Amino acid sequence: MRVFAEGVGLAGPGLPGWKASRATLAGFGAYTRAPTAAAASELLPAAERRRVGTPVKLALAAGSEAVGAAGRDIATMATVFASSSGDCDNVHHIFEALASPERQVSPTRFHNSVHNAVAGYWSIAAKCRQASTSLCCHDASFAAGLLETTVQTGAGDGPVALIAYDHPYPEPLNSARPVGGEFGVALVLAPRATSRATAALDIEFVPRDADATRMDDAGLEALRCAVPAARSLPLLAALAGEGRATVILGYVAGTHLRIAVAPCA
Amino acid sequence: MQPLAISRYSIVNCLGAGSRAVLEALLEKRSGLARCDFEAVGIETHVGRVAGLEDIPVRDDLGRYDCRNNRLAQLGLELDGFAAAVATARERYGAARIGVFVGTSTSGILETELAYRRREPGTGALPPDYRYHETHNTYSLADFVRRYLGLRGPAFVISSACSSTAKVFGNAARMIALNVCDAAVVGGVDSLCLTTLYGFHSLELTSSGPCRPFDTARDGISIGEGAGFALLERVSSPTGRGQALLLGVGESSDAHHMSTPHPEGLGARLAMERALQCAGLSPAAVDYVNLHGTGTRTNDAAEDCAVWQMFNGTTPCSSTKGATGHLLGAAGITEAIISILAIENGLMPGSANTREVDPALRSNYLLANREARVRRVLSNSFGFGGSNCSIVLGAAD
Repeated sequence: MRVFAEGVGLAGPGLPGWKASRATLAGFGAYTRAPTAAAASELLPAAERRRVGTPVKLALAAGSEAVGAAGRDIATMATVFASSSGDCDNVHHIFEALASPERQVSPTRFHNSVHNAVAGYWSIAAKCRQASTSLCCHDASFAAGLLETTVQTGAGDGPVALIAYDHPYPEPLNSARPVGGEFGVALVLAPRATSRATAALDIEFVPRDADATRMDDAGLEALRCAVPAARSLPLLAALAGEGRATVILGYVAGTHLRIAVAPCA
Repeated sequence: MQPLAISRYSIVNCLGAGSRAVLEALLEKRSGLARCDFEAVGIETHVGRVAGLEDIPVRDDLGRYDCRNNRLAQLGLELDGFAAAVATARERYGAARIGVFVGTSTSGILETELAYRRREPGTGALPPDYRYHETHNTYSLADFVRRYLGLRGPAFVISSACSSTAKVFGNAARMIALNVCDAAVVGGVDSLCLTTLYGFHSLELTSSGPCRPFDTARDGISIGEGAGFALLERVSSPTGRGQALLLGVGESSDAHHMSTPHPEGLGARLAMERALQCAGLSPAAVDYVNLHGTGTRTNDAAEDCAVWQMFNGTTPCSSTKGATGHLLGAAGITEAIISILAIENGLMPGSANTREVDPALRSNYLLANREARVRRVLSNSFGFGGSNCSIVLGAAD
C-alpha cells in the first residue's frame, strides 16, 4: 500500500519538534537527552487547557506541527490516535481513590480516563467532526496506528493524521510497566502525491518475525526501546535523511511492518 | 462499501449465554438487570452481571491472561460455534489472513483496582502476582483473542468508550477492502469494574433502579457486562452466502464536550448520515433503528433530536439497554448482534423497563415487541469524548 507523507510532528526528550530535530535524526548532530517540552496548546479553550494531562499536550504539540507542516486544515482532517496506555497519571489517581475507604472518584478524572480522551480534546481544539480512531497495541501501538492510518488513507480520499503518544506511569504501576519518557509523534498521510508530499511510503504487513530497524545513536536507540511511541524513530530517521530507505517496525507477535521510504522530487 | 457477510456471531450478557438465550429473553421482553452486588460496591443501582465468571478461568496455556474481562472473552468465543467457525476460516484463508479488531473500554483494569488494595505496606509496590501486560493493558483483549483462536493477522484494540465495538466493523471492512485481510474477527468485551461504577456515579449518571431508556422518569444508566464477536468475510466466500450483511459504517466526532453529547445530536446525526451514505441507502430504507438509548436525560434527548431529524418520527426504534444494561465498550457489538437477531427473526424489540415514553421525545419509540419483516437496521453507538458510530446491517441478499 502506497501513501504519501505530507507532514511530521514530534515532541520527545531532547527532540523539541520535528523541524528542530531533523538534523539530529538524520545523523548530523549529537543527540542530547533533555526533558520533553510540550505546553498545553493555545487551540484548547482556557477551561480545558487547565485540566488536560501530559498526553493531550504531547498529542496536540506533535499533531498540530504535522498538520501545519502539511498545510492542511486541522478542522477537516480524520485522525488516528495510538497509545500504549492513555493518561497514566490520571488512572493512578483513580486507582488510589478506589483503594481508599471512601472510593470517591473525581468526575473529571473519570471522563479523562477513557482511552480516547485525547481524541476528544483534539476534536474540541480542532473543531473537527471527522471520524477519529483511538487504538492500542501495547508496545506496537505506533505500528498498529501506522497500518490503520495507511488503510484509512487508502480506503478514503483525503489525508489522515496519525498521532501516537506515550508517557510514564507513576509508581507503583511504573515498576510493572516502565515507560522511559514522554513522547509524541504525528504523521499526515495522503492517498495521492501532491506538491505537499515529501516522501512516498510503501507499507506492507508481513506475518513473520523480523529484527526491527535500530537507531545508530546509542541515546536514540535507548529511547526507541524505552517508549512505545518512540518505536517510530527509525521511520523518522528515514524521513529526515531524505534518501531511499527501508524500515522494519515490529508489530504484533510474529509480524512486522516493512516500510520502503522514497523521497518525492 | 461492498457489503460483507457476517458468517458467524456469538453473544453473552446478563440476558444469557448464546444467541438463542438472548433471543428468547428479547421475545419475552425480559430484563437481566438486578441490584448491584459486585465487589461490595456501595452504590444503589442495578447492573447487568454475567453469572458464574468467578468459576471459569481461562484456558491453561493462556493462564497469564486470566482476568474477568478475558474470561468473558473466552466464554463468548466458545458460544454459538464461534471458535469452530474461525478455525474453519483459518483453514481456508490461513491464520495470517484473518485480522482481530476488537474493542473494550476498561480491559482487565479490575485486576489493578484490586491490586492497589494489596500494595506492600512499606514500599507501596504492587503484589508480585500482578500482571499488567496480560490483564490491564487495553491491548490484552486482542492479544488474548488472537492467541486463543490461533490467528496471525493484524490486530489491535479500539478503545473509544461506548462506540468502540461499533467502530471495529469499520476497521475490519477497510482492512478487507484493501486486501490486508480476507476475514476478520470483530467484537469485544467489557466487564464490571470499580472505575466505571464509581465513575458514572460521580457524574450522577447511574440509575437508582433498572435503567428506563426514553422514559419520562429516566434517571441514568445501568452498567452491564458482556461479550460479542462476529466473523466478517466477503459475500463471495463459501460461508458468506445467505448470511446477514454489514452494509455501512459511519463515524463522527462531536467536537463539543468530553462527557455530554451535543445537545441537538449533531455528531450522532453525522454518524447516521455517513453510515447510510456508506451503505448507499436513504433513511426510508431502514426498517428499525436500534438506538444507543442509554437512559440518561441528556443522551436520550440528544439522540432523539438527531433520529427525529433523520426519520421524521416514522421509523420504529428502541433501545435494548433496559434489557442488557449499558455494556459500554461492548455495547456496539451487542446491539449489532441484537440487530441481526431482529432481522433473522422478524422482531423489533420493545424497550424493557420503559413504562411511559417521555412526551418531549418525538421518535417512534417501541414499548412493546413488534413482529415485522426487518430487512435493514441502523444501530447507534455513541461515547465519551464525542465519539460516534452508526452501522447498517441487512438481511442476506
